[in-house]
Amino acid sequence: MSTTLEAPRKEPAAVEAPSFLGRMTIPRWAWGLVVVAGWIVVWALMKGTDTLGRPVRVRTGLTDRLTGFNNDVLASRDTNPIIQFTYGVGSTFVDAVDWLQRLISIANLPRPVPEIGWLGVTVAAVGIALVIANWRIAVLVGASFVSFGLFGYWSSAMDLLIVTFVAVAVAVLVGMPVAIWIASSKRADRAVTVLLDLMQTMPTFVYLVPVVLFFGIGASAAVVCTLIYALPPIIRIAGHGIRHVSPTTIEATNSAGQTFWQRLVKVQLPMARATIVVGLSQTIMAALAMATIAAYVNGPGLGKDVLQALRTLNIGAGFVPGALIVVMAIMLDRAATAASLRSDRVARGHGESRRQRLAVIGVATLATAVAIYLSRYYAWAADFPENESGRRVADQVNSFTGWMVDTFGGITGAVKDGITIGLLNPLESLLSESPWYVAALAIVLLAFVIGGVRALVPTVVCLAGLRLLDYWNNSMVTLSMTLVATLMVMALAVVLGVWMARSRRVDVVLRPLLDAGQTIPPFVYLLPVLALFGNGKFTAIVAAIIYAAPAAIKLVADGVKSVPEQTVEASRSTGCTTWQEITKVQLPMARSSLVLATNQGLLYVLAMVVIGGLVGGGALGYDVVLGISRSEEWGRSALAGLSIVLLGIMVDRITRAAASTDRATDIGVKARRRDLKPTGSR
Amino acid sequence: MQHTRKRAAGLVSVAACAALILSACGESSIEAEQSENEKRAAELGDCGEINMAVNPWVGYEASAYVVGHVAQETLGCTVNYKDLKEDVSWQGFGTGEVDVVIEDWGHPDLEKKFFADQGDGSAMDGGPNGNVGIIGWYVPPWLAEEHPDILQAENLNKYAEEFATSETGDKGQFLGADPSYVQFDEAIISNLGLDFEVVFSGSEAASITAFQRAEENKEFLIGYFYEPQWLFAELPLEKVALPPYEEGCQADPAKVDCDYPETVLKKILSTSWVDEGGPGVELVQNFEWTNDDQNTVAKYISQDGMSPEDAAAKWVEDNQDKVDAWLPQ
Repeated sequence: MSTTLEAPRKEPAAVEAPSFLGRMTIPRWAWGLVVVAGWIVVWALMKGTDTLGRPVRVRTGLTDRLTGFNNDVLASRDTNPIIQFTYGVGSTFVDAVDWLQRLISIANLPRPVPEIGWLGVTVAAVGIALVIANWRIAVLVGASFVSFGLFGYWSSAMDLLIVTFVAVAVAVLVGMPVAIWIASSKRADRAVTVLLDLMQTMPTFVYLVPVVLFFGIGASAAVVCTLIYALPPIIRIAGHGIRHVSPTTIEATNSAGQTFWQRLVKVQLPMARATIVVGLSQTIMAALAMATIAAYVNGPGLGKDVLQALRTLNIGAGFVPGALIVVMAIMLDRAATAASLRSDRVARGHGESRRQRLAVIGVATLATAVAIYLSRYYAWAADFPENESGRRVADQVNSFTGWMVDTFGGITGAVKDGITIGLLNPLESLLSESPWYVAALAIVLLAFVIGGVRALVPTVVCLAGLRLLDYWNNSMVTLSMTLVATLMVMALAVVLGVWMARSRRVDVVLRPLLDAGQTIPPFVYLLPVLALFGNGKFTAIVAAIIYAAPAAIKLVADGVKSVPEQTVEASRSTGCTTWQEITKVQLPMARSSLVLATNQGLLYVLAMVVIGGLVGGGALGYDVVLGISRSEEWGRSALAGLSIVLLGIMVDRITRAAASTDRATDIGVKARRRDLKPTGSR
Repeated sequence: MQHTRKRAAGLVSVAACAALILSACGESSIEAEQSENEKRAAELGDCGEINMAVNPWVGYEASAYVVGHVAQETLGCTVNYKDLKEDVSWQGFGTGEVDVVIEDWGHPDLEKKFFADQGDGSAMDGGPNGNVGIIGWYVPPWLAEEHPDILQAENLNKYAEEFATSETGDKGQFLGADPSYVQFDEAIISNLGLDFEVVFSGSEAASITAFQRAEENKEFLIGYFYEPQWLFAELPLEKVALPPYEEGCQADPAKVDCDYPETVLKKILSTSWVDEGGPGVELVQNFEWTNDDQNTVAKYISQDGMSPEDAAAKWVEDNQDKVDAWLPQ
């Protein structure tokens, strides 16, 4: 029991040992052990009292008040001026999306096909890529667009592209002014950060129904939900970039007597361009991650096809559109990055000559014009020719997963039972069957041990909030699942991360897989995981691990890779074995990355709590799912969602504080952390 | 600058020439189809639009697309299918975004908000759609065959340990369903004194996978399930007999100790859409079919992998007599 519990804290402990300073004080992990041991004793004595548990369907006064408030708003919708206004905004989105759909994705009746067919759109996209980026990106864009048609999802892919485009455009319009604002005012930064935290950690399902109430069904709801989730990255990262433009440059240009506006447009924005593009591509990723969620409210796009396949349990038919979302994400990400690199080069005067440039633009325009013409008049260029590729891939995926379930079905049961009985059940019992005040005290003490005073205040505030929201018991069950999942994520991250850092070949093979794992909608792998592990908490944990591991693995790999080569060389020359080299040199020196990876692992795992609720994970995830499924329970989903937010903020602040007590607050790590909020679908 | 402008003008003229040459290739099939569409629209007259909510289960999809197919092909209506959960669908009645919910399993809370007697009157009961929902406790077929006495609720305790999982400890696992459905299983279990614990599957997909898995691996599983459902064509689950339903035995959710009643599934319509009238409204109001009909179409979709449109078209073609009875007179 105690060995399993100490395990999550073991990594910092292990790296503490070889400290060159030879500190003689009692190490932190020992204090942690003392707290846990004391907790276990109290738990054994008081187990089952004051746990605040209650049967699933029982509601609290607070739940009912919230539901009542929601109902009142709903009843007032015909006269409520706010709703009238937001509905107007919503119908603007609907009109914009509808117009674009008739242009490139759906039949503009009575015309049997869209105004511009696949050939026209593809050539236009390739042309744009050629002009704003380079020929490599143009090839990538061309191949991606052809793959949308080839696998039979042209129309859905265009729909997703349209919704993403509209949402990202609005995100930039709204986000850039806010980014400039938070870059110039510390107080604004602090206030906005809290709001952004809330927007990123609140499970989307919670605000899906209210968004529909305010903005309407379909494209408008899809755009707004996507916007809520995709806005934070660009504000955070662009704000960070603008704030960190070299002060000497600003002083130098200030002395030339520039106005605020000149400074912004001529100095800060151009110099922060690279960072702003990182923010933009994170925003695009976040927008695509919302594809399947938006489909729950009839948002157009590939997400609908994924959900349709889920309904008939056709894993292969869900995989194909899911993979195309990944293709689109990679295409847009690479294109944005390449475009920014190009404009950087041009700004430094390294671009091609004006003649060459004009030739490229001319050829691209001409080819686009011809292709658009063809696609307006010829059926083969308007509708992508039908073929069997999509179905064939789906069949192959189905037979592969069938084989996998048959082959590994026996082992998975044993793994599930082993981890459930050995780790999950004891931890869950300790957290959720202790009296609530005992669990709270123990968590506060552990937070203090791990993160010092800086972790103490946020932990106390968050725990108090959890108590007030009155979903304490379920929060503790969810916390225990989160800890188990994060522990396994970190085990994977250390093993695979070190392996990737030490071997280039492994890195080259694994990295694209990790990218795909991060962007593919979880609904795609939910069914195979269900078939392998059956219903329940463990299945929810496995799904969370698949989703969270890629980010953690990449962070560990990058951390280990950035250990200076000389240090590793030096250790080798003293006769270190490979094992010693890894455990005594590389991992300890990459400690800050390990802590950062833990932080990200926890947040990503929490982002999957609601998805876990769809496969029998229970606890807060189920509360949210129940709340959005039945209107009389909406208050429950709001409170459970807020509880998830509080858990997220709590673990985030504790691990961050741990990172800073580890003196690992070099600017690089900080900057990376800001960029790496989970961008998945929840 | 002068130079570049000239060049651009040249390119445009080249493009224009290319376009002219290509357009000389005769009338395209797109144009032919367009005029065909126009002719048909003129023939059928204006049937208007039907905004059809598509709730997320295959049986519903079957009903929705069959009605939609007839409306589109025979009456010439424009049908917009909208993938939505139940709650959101009902919200859409008032805003004109949804006109029809074709299969409703009973939502007293929503009726209170949207029916005329207590709510804003944006929705109305459209009468039964002919399907009957049979909710209950089900076990996989192998289990019913091997242990026939398991089909009586009073024998369940004998097997409780067999149903236990590593997560439920010494109690048996009872698989609850998608939270959208009305479930009294926790109350039934405690009121009948059964050693079971409800674990919620969380979604229909998860429940179906669980039953498939249990049948394949010959595992013990009992859970909430319902008919009509396409799964029965592939896996005929067996229903466990609970004390029979009597009027009022579900009145207090905490005291339920009886089986679920048979549910007459009905259509819910937008009041303003019905008031407008038209052939589409009549078609939806006339629509009625059996559980077998729905299961047939659901099977086309789920097991034969047909798209809902194709599945509906196939059934309509095979059952023209039934369809004729729904058409406006």
